[in-house]
Amino acid sequence: MNAKHKTLFLAIIAVIFTGLGLQAQNFPTGRQMDDPTKRDTVRSIAPYFIQAKKSKKTPDAQGFIQRWLLLEPIDKPNRSNTVFTDSYIREAFTTEYFPGQFTVLPKKGEKVKVGEQMLTWHALESTNFNVKLFRFAYGLHKQTYGVLFWAVTVVNSPREMQNVRMAVGSNSASMWWLNGEEAVILSGDRRMVMDDCVSPRLTLKKGKNIIRGAVINGPGMSDFCVRFLDEKGEPVRDITISYK
Amino acid sequence: MKSRIKISGITALLSFILTGTVAAQIGKPFIHDPSTIMECEGKYYTFGTGGGGLISEDGWTWNGGAVRPGGGAAPDAMKIGDRYLVVYGATGGGLGGGHNGRILTMWNKTLDPQSPDFKYTEAILVAQSDGIEDNDAIDPGLLLDPTDGRLWCCYGTYFGFIRLIELDPKTGKRMEGNKAIDIAIDCEATDLEYRDGWYYLLGTHGTCCDGANSTYNIVVGRSRNVTGPYLDNMGRDMLTGGGKMVLAAGGRVMGPGHFGRVILEDGVEKMSCHFEADLDQSGRSTLGIRPLLWKNGWPVAGENIKEGTYEIESERRGYALELVVDFVRMAGGMRGFGRNANEPIKPVPSQELADVIDTWPTGNIGVRIGDYMTRPHQKWTITAAPDSSGYLGAPYYKIVIAGTERALAATADAEVITVPEFTGAPEQLWRIDQLTDGTYRIMPKVVPNSDKKLALISIGDSTPTLAEFDMSSDNSKWNFRAH
Amino acid sequence: MKSGIKISGITALLSVILTGTVAAQIGKPFIHDPSTIMECDGKYYTFGTGGGGLISEDGWTWNSGAVRPGGGVAPDAVKIGDRYYISYARGTGGHASEVYVMWTKTLDPESPDFGFKDETRVAFSDGIEDCDAIDPGFLLDPTDGRLWCCYGTYFGYIRLVELDPKTGKRVEGNEAINIAIDCEAADLEYRDGWYYLLATHGTCCDGANSTYNIVVGRSRNVTGPYLDNMGRDMLTGGGKMVLAARNRVMGPGHFGRFIVEDGVEKMSCHYEADLDLNGRSTLGILPLLWKNGWPVAGENLREGTYEIESERRGYSLELVVDFVRMAGGMRGFGRNANEPVKPVPSQELADVIDTWPTGNIGVRIGDYMTRPHQKWTITPAPDSSGYLGGPYYKIVIAGTERALAATADAEVITVPEFTGAPEQLWRIDQLTDGTYRIMPRVVPNSDKKLALISIGDSTPTLAEFDMNSDNSKWNFRAH
Repeated sequence: MNAKHKTLFLAIIAVIFTGLGLQAQNFPTGRQMDDPTKRDTVRSIAPYFIQAKKSKKTPDAQGFIQRWLLLEPIDKPNRSNTVFTDSYIREAFTTEYFPGQFTVLPKKGEKVKVGEQMLTWHALESTNFNVKLFRFAYGLHKQTYGVLFWAVTVVNSPREMQNVRMAVGSNSASMWWLNGEEAVILSGDRRMVMDDCVSPRLTLKKGKNIIRGAVINGPGMSDFCVRFLDEKGEPVRDITISYK
Repeated sequence: MKSRIKISGITALLSFILTGTVAAQIGKPFIHDPSTIMECEGKYYTFGTGGGGLISEDGWTWNGGAVRPGGGAAPDAMKIGDRYLVVYGATGGGLGGGHNGRILTMWNKTLDPQSPDFKYTEAILVAQSDGIEDNDAIDPGLLLDPTDGRLWCCYGTYFGFIRLIELDPKTGKRMEGNKAIDIAIDCEATDLEYRDGWYYLLGTHGTCCDGANSTYNIVVGRSRNVTGPYLDNMGRDMLTGGGKMVLAAGGRVMGPGHFGRVILEDGVEKMSCHFEADLDQSGRSTLGIRPLLWKNGWPVAGENIKEGTYEIESERRGYALELVVDFVRMAGGMRGFGRNANEPIKPVPSQELADVIDTWPTGNIGVRIGDYMTRPHQKWTITAAPDSSGYLGAPYYKIVIAGTERALAATADAEVITVPEFTGAPEQLWRIDQLTDGTYRIMPKVVPNSDKKLALISIGDSTPTLAEFDMSSDNSKWNFRAH
Repeated sequence: MKSGIKISGITALLSVILTGTVAAQIGKPFIHDPSTIMECDGKYYTFGTGGGGLISEDGWTWNSGAVRPGGGVAPDAVKIGDRYYISYARGTGGHASEVYVMWTKTLDPESPDFGFKDETRVAFSDGIEDCDAIDPGFLLDPTDGRLWCCYGTYFGYIRLVELDPKTGKRVEGNEAINIAIDCEAADLEYRDGWYYLLATHGTCCDGANSTYNIVVGRSRNVTGPYLDNMGRDMLTGGGKMVLAARNRVMGPGHFGRFIVEDGVEKMSCHYEADLDLNGRSTLGILPLLWKNGWPVAGENLREGTYEIESERRGYSLELVVDFVRMAGGMRGFGRNANEPVKPVPSQELADVIDTWPTGNIGVRIGDYMTRPHQKWTITPAPDSSGYLGGPYYKIVIAGTERALAATADAEVITVPEFTGAPEQLWRIDQLTDGTYRIMPRVVPNSDKKLALISIGDSTPTLAEFDMNSDNSKWNFRAH
């Protein structure tokens, strides 16, 4: 194999793994140092997020919920997203990683221990319709691939709203609960598409409603978007979002 | 030498051609991320990921042999003036997963590696991603805007945004001061097209490179401006994940991706793609070429006609192509209106070939267009021609009266007849293209003693002939109905 | 009595229904020149040549029983206000004929209100002129409320006259206009700025040898000229095909249009010969499509195995089960082109069914991957129940009895065994744009009429049908 062919071969391998999304950090190669992210020491979650404010916040013009409590990523070393069958993600998301996972409303800055990891809850507002978990992790110098994220928010409804639906898109698989009840599950290797998976008809109580969500990814640019749709399929906007 | 190779390929693949799908190219059409198909001096070319590409002499049999330096991924190609502009993405230096891609363009006067003129110019960098930003500069697609001559290039993958930049069509360089615009998320292998006042962004959604488990599929959004917003049929911006299906898996081919468009002439368009897995070809990634249809202003993949038995219906009047033979009456006839409603029900057999064939002449029989009556002289069996000859995206077809070898044929005076035995002569081979409106054009491979390209035309409601194809006339169009 | 008759009809015809075409009505749908189908107090009616006609309770099983006095040929019907106007024609010798109009408040012969009144002659031919005044067809113009009647056969012209919609009488001083030649059983329709003249071309009344077929021309004015797709006037023989013979039914003629609701239309006709029904003349009802401004006969869904594709995103209806990978996977791009080619088997039901739960399984919409959990076998329901022009269908995962079903909370699931319960029966209408609507016969504990809807790209539900949304539309793809 001459040099030219060898280069080509390496290039092909690179493409294969780019395509598969297997460009995880532990892929062994002598050229690892070329990765510019290794030299990117001045990281930030800006401009993707700002710290959550205390002021009232409504969903954006399309009804997307932008204020969330986000937990730093739990290590979940999947090298590929092909494993995200319904059974797998149901198992992965109903496993208890930290106490009060399904019951407690976490506080900003609170720390939880998951295995050997000490992880912090952040109260943030996305500057986009979607919540870019990849940028959240990257900006905080956390691992970006082979991860499981938890997200929580509080929806304040001015009245009882029946027959609304939670509409979710996520990269990759995810699962969502409203007031402790399973609402919608997104299995498989997914890209985030608005209104991809939609819950059955739900009721938003008058007052506080808690949304919990978990997003899992092997290699991939994790993010999600969540909004509520009314009976006519129009976004629900007359709600406010808080994190307490 | 070349033709010998082709023949052996044909033999190996004949069984697949005859399965009734006639979907995949033949030869050794193995490729991933095929660039838009280019025609150069009578041959067709497409380049793929990793360097190299395929060449075809007829557009149906494809084999390796195209040459593209630079390696990298997912090229595109375009002819501008008398030169070919080839663009590709060089993946980041970080083999461990960098997203610092680079888009490079280069020119060549010919795509034929045997030509003395064959020589790529030095590659020019037109876009790059730093490996950190929300973009990975690979998978470029070119659009030369037919309304104003401006040259655009979109690029990107799932890592962030699909971006649009403007190039100088004279040099292939980035226009000075041009800033990239974000136009989509959730795609890769994008391509831009213009048609009838709309710009179309075609992207590939889903997961690639996983063989028969790949979920790759081709989606589209459209915009009145090249810079977007590109909305799908639900009014959803491709920046929020929108996309209307153009082609998904079907039959024995999985994971179509990397769209390319070829306009052959007014009303006749093809799309190219690869299938992540062609189960009839070892599950390998293969070149796909399909008719491209436009329905209500949206591109949709058409389908090569499947092998089978059909009514051939004229779009002009809705009558069916048939032999000029004496009409053979079925038993019965007029029965009056006052019949007892309680008579026992008993099916009446359909007229079969054996009931009528002895009344037909044994020599050539003429062809006309008549009221469709589901009779044997109106049923045509259509199969890929045994010699594996073809044109862009499909084989020539043999068209015979069902149950016989009586074959439709062009005559030297540009009319159509049937001959009693199919011989494989070129005037008995038919090119069938699905048109952009979903109807079909039917053309003989040759009209004897003529070099004109003629199509089957309704010259009267009841009279077919061979004449020039005209997309704006229903005379030129046919439907195949399987009853 | 009536239902007893229906059941025996069902038994006799079951083999016919199961042949895969699902084209013809069941019961004893024998008729020639059926008038436009009318709905009256929950039943459907059509009148035919010779007097009498058919009644159906559901629109799918038809039996005789309708009553029309006057004999004669080829009636038509239109509802104006609370009256049903019926027109028909009587010959008086040779081509001397007369068109009559009469009205009744109900079409139900059992009703005390039933009775035809005010019969009036609105047109006639003298037997010598270029017209034979039979085969009338009504149009109540929705743009201005004017009432028109066309009539005629191959003996000369098709003519148009104007009637008074209050009385059914000819408008005083109205002169007949010639609008076509070469047809009979003509009918007028209006849609979207166009007037359509639908007529029957070819030879009738010759059983399986009849060449009858339905053609159309259109005009911006009700008075014509009616041009076909070639720009040819119907006065010179123009006409674009709407419906010709298909498979086992020959000689469609005498068009009628029934608008069920926005986007859902049916056409009625008779077939000169239905080979599955002794070659007799039978009522046909098909979906009516509009393509590029032209009416075209659609087709009831044929029995078979299909991908059910959403028009919204193009994904396909599938079971919520774990995706089972096929062998292989990533193979790299540098493979030797000369490796021998060998087919890879498709994934089959037996490869995966043991991984599925045995109880109810949910339904979602996913990337079509030609897999067993995405393939649905669709057949008419065994109870022969139906709706206008079609049977209810059973929809099961191919190779199983796992059936698609509506739930009481207006969602869709699959149940492990098809039981024939009404929430497992599905109405499938081809829409005017060629896509399909899919509706459960009932949603349990609900009287709402809901359809299968894409509420998300990947999520189906039951909700109200909306012709303006791709959420409401589906395609059936046979691969």
